[in-house]
Amino acid sequence: MMSGDEYWSRYGEWHRALYDAGFFGLSWPREYGGQDLPPVYDVILDEELAAAGAPPRPSLGYLVTGLGHHGSAELRQRFLPGMINGTERWCQGFSEPGAGSDLAALTTTAVADGEDYVINGHKIWTSYSDVADWCLLLARTDPDAPRHKGISAFVISMHQPGVEQRPLTMISGISTEFGQVLFDGARVPARNMVGAPGDGWKLAMTVVAHEREPSTLGFTARYGRTVASLAKKAKAGGEPAPAELAWAHVQTQMLYAHVRRRLSEQLDGVTHSSDGSLDKLLMTWTEQAVGHAALAVAGTSDDRALEAYMYSRAQSVMGGTSQIQKNIIAGRILGLGG
Amino acid sequence: MDARLSAEQAELRDAAARLADDLGPHSVLDLSDAERQARLEKALAATGWRTLRSDGASGVEIALVAGELSRGLVDAPFLGRVLADALRPSAEPATIAVGGIAIDARDAVRALALDGTRLLSARVGPLASGVDLTRATGGLAGPFEPAGEISAAHAARWQALAIVVTTAEQLGAARGAHALALEYAKVRAQYGHVIGSYQAIAHLLAENLALLEGSESILRYAAWAVDERKPAEAINAARIAKAYVQVAARTVCETAIQVHGGIGNTWECLAHVFLRRVLVGGELFPVRLEEIDVGLPGFGAGSGVPLPAAGMARRARERIHDER
Repeated sequence: MMSGDEYWSRYGEWHRALYDAGFFGLSWPREYGGQDLPPVYDVILDEELAAAGAPPRPSLGYLVTGLGHHGSAELRQRFLPGMINGTERWCQGFSEPGAGSDLAALTTTAVADGEDYVINGHKIWTSYSDVADWCLLLARTDPDAPRHKGISAFVISMHQPGVEQRPLTMISGISTEFGQVLFDGARVPARNMVGAPGDGWKLAMTVVAHEREPSTLGFTARYGRTVASLAKKAKAGGEPAPAELAWAHVQTQMLYAHVRRRLSEQLDGVTHSSDGSLDKLLMTWTEQAVGHAALAVAGTSDDRALEAYMYSRAQSVMGGTSQIQKNIIAGRILGLGG
Repeated sequence: MDARLSAEQAELRDAAARLADDLGPHSVLDLSDAERQARLEKALAATGWRTLRSDGASGVEIALVAGELSRGLVDAPFLGRVLADALRPSAEPATIAVGGIAIDARDAVRALALDGTRLLSARVGPLASGVDLTRATGGLAGPFEPAGEISAAHAARWQALAIVVTTAEQLGAARGAHALALEYAKVRAQYGHVIGSYQAIAHLLAENLALLEGSESILRYAAWAVDERKPAEAINAARIAKAYVQVAARTVCETAIQVHGGIGNTWECLAHVFLRRVLVGGELFPVRLEEIDVGLPGFGAGSGVPLPAAGMARRARERIHDER
């Protein structure tokens, strides 16, 4: 397995290799380069990739879904094929330093100027932004509208003056995943607006809900592989396996079963909007249990173990913090109004 | 593995839920209502669920009934009866003995035990109330006598079933505790608002729901494995399910007590009755984390566990391997 930065540096190459071999975009529409197969195919691919020790499948489903659901026919035709086949790279410009969990507080502005909009603002946690060709960007087009209603979504080119990259280094040492982008007078043609002015919030909700769905729980098999390799290491060391390892194994097995149950339910056409928050919590607990197992078995002197542990801490933040997931579960599923 | 329930299975679950809701205890006081208990006993006896296994029911179906009865704290014998019937059907009421004690022993004449593949049987002696307030335990009135032999595969699948059914009961009890706490959080007010509106309480209950759903998923798989995987794999699946669910279920019950505050720590609040079922369920066919074999495969590529829509999934795997 390659380290985090090595993975990020060869991510585009890997995406294209998978696509060219017919293994990427399996469950996406054929007209945009996908194969129209049920989501179970993605899970099979994830498991086979993990079993072979290959890197994970690039995760783009949320962007494909966002643009697919909300973009015009022109935008879908222009952008989805390149997004899926990997010839164009993408990032997501949602979060800002002042708008994390409270995404609707975003202050990046888009001001109409002739045929274009001019973008000013500061985006953060924009994974892959340093290598991205395009960004799916949320910006405020109507400062006077109620805050959820004044936001619009754009497809903006990252190759232009007025786009500055300032990536942050993660506590795991990975130096490229946490992108940060400053937009200073960057321009985007008005025809690249996704949906109508003010539709940005709807698109954002589609994207974040999809980020939490079981089809994106593709890391399960990776946790399984990590647990298996830790088990080997523990055995070679001659010490009894620590309880943390057994617990990580139990959690991983639970997550495998959970993904299968969700996939089964999808066969009935059941969609899991808010239930995605339950899935995300279960995935987070599993990844963090695996992180603890890595520490217990290999310790901080093992670079890979330490990286796995440190990286696992981000899981309860990325894609919506665990606290936000619990708010969603409490409010929308349990009926505990806040 | 398709984790969906069939229409018949969903009906069975709903029927068990109705019986539990109609005739199970709704308060600690109800536990001593002999008239209700008699009606419950009569209704449960009429369902035939105590002989589910010998009537050909799968592990999934038995787990569904066990879970719903436990959620409703049904205090008529079920666990011991259904497991005894799964060992050897008998006309006289029988339960099983664990560690020389007849469990779930009310009205049982004999208690069966398994020693390897040898069946043993003893007469049930005087009853005692146990830690689980919904069940009686019994001493044994005489020594174990040989009662025949079962096949190794039967014995192993029975072990898996026993772990799965006790796990299903733990999960069911946790669901009951969660429902109780959720209901309370919606009516109990402090500082002018219902306590469920505060994140401090809401997040605890949200975590509980995630634990319950993860438990449901792993239990559903283990229950399926009882009949569909090789016996050793079925036992392994059952142990992993129990290792997860027992932690989840205890946490959910402890949270239910906490959400109830002082009242939750009183005998009159049902929360501890659920917790007691979870605790005792953990001591029957116990699973310790240290005994889980991390090296045994469960899921994933090469495990032999089919994905949902199995034919389709098999073809996809073959394609991936052909092109590798």
